[in-house]
Amino acid sequence: MTLNLLQAGEVGKIASVAADEALKARINGLGLRIGQEVSVIRRARLGGPLQIRVGHTDILMRPEQANLIKLAK
Amino acid sequence: MKRIALIGMPNTGKSTFFNRLTGASAKIGNWPGITVELLSAKIMEGTEMVEIVDLPGIYNVHGFSEDEKVARHFIENTDLDLLVVIGNASQMDRQLALVLQLQELNLPMVLLLNMHDEAQQHGIKIDTDNLSSELNVPTTLMSAKYGQGIQQARELIRQSLNKEKYSSTKETDTFTDDDKLEAKLDQLMNKCVSMPIEFSSGLTDKLDKVLLHPWFGLPIFFLAILLMFEAVYTIGTPLQDGIARLLKVIQETQFVPVIDSIHPVVQSFLIEGIYNGVGTVLSFLPIIILFFLCMAIVEDSGYLARAAFLMDAFMSKLGLDGRSFVMQLMGFGCNVPALMGTRVMRSRGLRLLTMMIIPFSLCSARLQVFVFLTTAIFSPQAAPLVLFTLYLASFGAAFLTAAIYKNRLPNSEPLLLELPPYRFPTVRQMLLHGWRETWYFIREASGYILLGVVLVWFLTHYPFDAVPASSETLAGKIADIFAPIFEPLGIDKLMTVVLIFGFVAKEIVLGAMAVIYAVNPDNLAGVVANTTTWIQAYSFMLFVLIYTPCLSTVAVLKQESKSWSFTAIAVAWPLFLAWLASFVFYQAATYIFGS
Repeated sequence: MTLNLLQAGEVGKIASVAADEALKARINGLGLRIGQEVSVIRRARLGGPLQIRVGHTDILMRPEQANLIKLAK
Repeated sequence: MKRIALIGMPNTGKSTFFNRLTGASAKIGNWPGITVELLSAKIMEGTEMVEIVDLPGIYNVHGFSEDEKVARHFIENTDLDLLVVIGNASQMDRQLALVLQLQELNLPMVLLLNMHDEAQQHGIKIDTDNLSSELNVPTTLMSAKYGQGIQQARELIRQSLNKEKYSSTKETDTFTDDDKLEAKLDQLMNKCVSMPIEFSSGLTDKLDKVLLHPWFGLPIFFLAILLMFEAVYTIGTPLQDGIARLLKVIQETQFVPVIDSIHPVVQSFLIEGIYNGVGTVLSFLPIIILFFLCMAIVEDSGYLARAAFLMDAFMSKLGLDGRSFVMQLMGFGCNVPALMGTRVMRSRGLRLLTMMIIPFSLCSARLQVFVFLTTAIFSPQAAPLVLFTLYLASFGAAFLTAAIYKNRLPNSEPLLLELPPYRFPTVRQMLLHGWRETWYFIREASGYILLGVVLVWFLTHYPFDAVPASSETLAGKIADIFAPIFEPLGIDKLMTVVLIFGFVAKEIVLGAMAVIYAVNPDNLAGVVANTTTWIQAYSFMLFVLIYTPCLSTVAVLKQESKSWSFTAIAVAWPLFLAWLASFVFYQAATYIFGS
């Protein structure tokens, strides 16, 4: 299960982040840390980015990056 | 003199606080070992002068982006007396991570939790006393935007500066690993911050439902931009006419009588060269100021990040991403800062491709030329629409270029971007932002403009016994050489000379036209309308839109890409495209509408 598989309105808990060190540092910096709850607010049309929310931060990310974020199921 | 660095994550209002502290006195300066220019200002704090440096926003001290490297390099290599950390009070859960990382630098530190007003609306409570003693860092809440808590913040800074300076080790190799920091972060959050479980951003969510709507989002966005331009012209054009008329009156009543007795060549130099040239450019200042004011609102509102969301799917097909589109929009103010803004991109392919398309953005200098020509040639009803087609052409040229070059400049960069809540800037913020941009424009352009009009005057008037701008003058001879290239575009010899000067900077174009036609700003429109058909004028505008914006842009392209071959292509390709576009338009339009 990855973040990219969530529909708009669904919530999940981050289990792991499968990215290289640089990308991990950025994902971390935006507050996407292991154990945090993350929800998908909306998805852009035509395979565009997702708007996700963690804590009090809204983040825009592409489906490719959302696929790297594994959720606990 | 003591030195303070402001540091914090992006979107914490760091610059707003910087502006609060320093007023409008900030200067852009260079620092050893850092390629980016940093804003800094000297202010009196208590009884001594203190220099304040605004570092770029960073998410992570250990990060790998250009901005993060710059901030780290600055902190490691500059003598600092105090690190002022700005945090967003409503995002404590992640902002404290940066604070904990920065603490390991062993520098004296003050923590200012900004946007307290927003945090309160969200029902977030922060126990600053507890936080301050847990971190052992003086901490206070404030709202830099509305000015609450600024006095306390200054007081904390003053107190920390007066403490005895302890020697810092500043060893960045000895960072505790992030996992340990995380444990500490959770502990701090539990002790000092209470957040409501259900987070609702209210107004922002409601606005997003409309502005990010799957079908209406993009049309609304383009409509908003169109309305903004309409507003700029509706308010700006009468002001511009007023200044042109005023300059004419001053010329006739004040200037001409004074210089009446001096040599005709000097007179011509002063009036037709400097006064008319600079005056024409000056009369466009109201539009430029209004434009920058509007851009300041859009930029501070959080709408640009939404534009990235809306456009990313399309941009990704061109090998770009949503941020490229935002940079392109920034380029509508001035291409130079937009080009420098690409530093946030780490993939070289993405960055260079974005740098290829930014120069097609119809910047404020080109806007001057187009506003002038469209109002001179077209009816008041048609002029804004003609201008709008030029904006479309600007996007068209950019997207075409990206499609052609995307395989040569491949992009594998991930896209991760914060979407800040919508914020309406205060009048103070708008004015300060707009003023700074305008001042930057004037400072950068005024030298070029003066030099340009003097050069144009000389080339169009030498030898002095020839009829100005005729084929006997230097300019006439240059135009003869280029005539075979520009004739098929419907661009006559005088306008060819203007284009040659426009290569240096588009700010010169209008001034050059005033000098070449030897008329004052108030009469220029009439003269141009009489000598140019609408097809010729539009062909000329297409060329001006697409070819090299200015020498500054070329310099920045080189500086940022560090590659001569890339710079050469980034100059040569738009020149070719400009010629092709004007050629196709002029020939087709002449065939359809007749000459």
